[in-house]
Amino acid sequence: MNFLVMAIMAVFGVAALLCVIRIIRGPSILDRTVASDVLLTEVMCVLGADMALNGHMRNVPVMLIIAAVAVFGSIAVARYVARRDNPTP
Amino acid sequence: MTQTPFLELALPQPVADVIVLVLVLLGAILCLSAAVGLLHFRDVPGRLHAATKPQVLGVVLICLAIAVSQRTIGGMLMGLLIVIPVILLQFATAPLSAHMVGRQAYRNGTINQRALVADEYAESKQTPPAAG
Repeated sequence: MNFLVMAIMAVFGVAALLCVIRIIRGPSILDRTVASDVLLTEVMCVLGADMALNGHMRNVPVMLIIAAVAVFGSIAVARYVARRDNPTP
Repeated sequence: MTQTPFLELALPQPVADVIVLVLVLLGAILCLSAAVGLLHFRDVPGRLHAATKPQVLGVVLICLAIAVSQRTIGGMLMGLLIVIPVILLQFATAPLSAHMVGRQAYRNGTINQRALVADEYAESKQTPPAAG
């Protein structure tokens, strides 16, 4: 039982680390946007896992607000990133 | 022996614990697969493809784990009622942001043109004036 909890924590930690690596290395700003979106969804997953493992319901409003608001970050970046409409080859 | 009401029927504690742990572990592994896909693929649509789908499934599994951790049937129904808005919001917003980012990646030229099998955006190279 305790081993499974340790495994869950390790898997979440490795996933967050890989996302941060992609945020640091990403060649374009869209790569960083996608990676930060994944990181935000993973924060949601960690909050939910905390609720499920400790048997309380206190984090539900935070999860709801993150799920509703997380989309605006990527949309804003995708909307206003510099575009090259007619690239002259 | 009095019969317990239907909504008060409860899973035994060890069974509920094991189900919750396995569901949360599966959700965590799906998160990890999304992160591995972010590092593995080479251009923005590939990373988007790896990033958006396993994440949503992971959130669904973890929300199911939250509902199961209430143990009684009434508690599970209540928990489902509470977490269903989270799942619906995730289903509604994940394709939206993926669509915006993918289209901008195409217009930005940050995708690998030679890897495309069909290129249906090619005729409309000019961005329409009111497009997002």
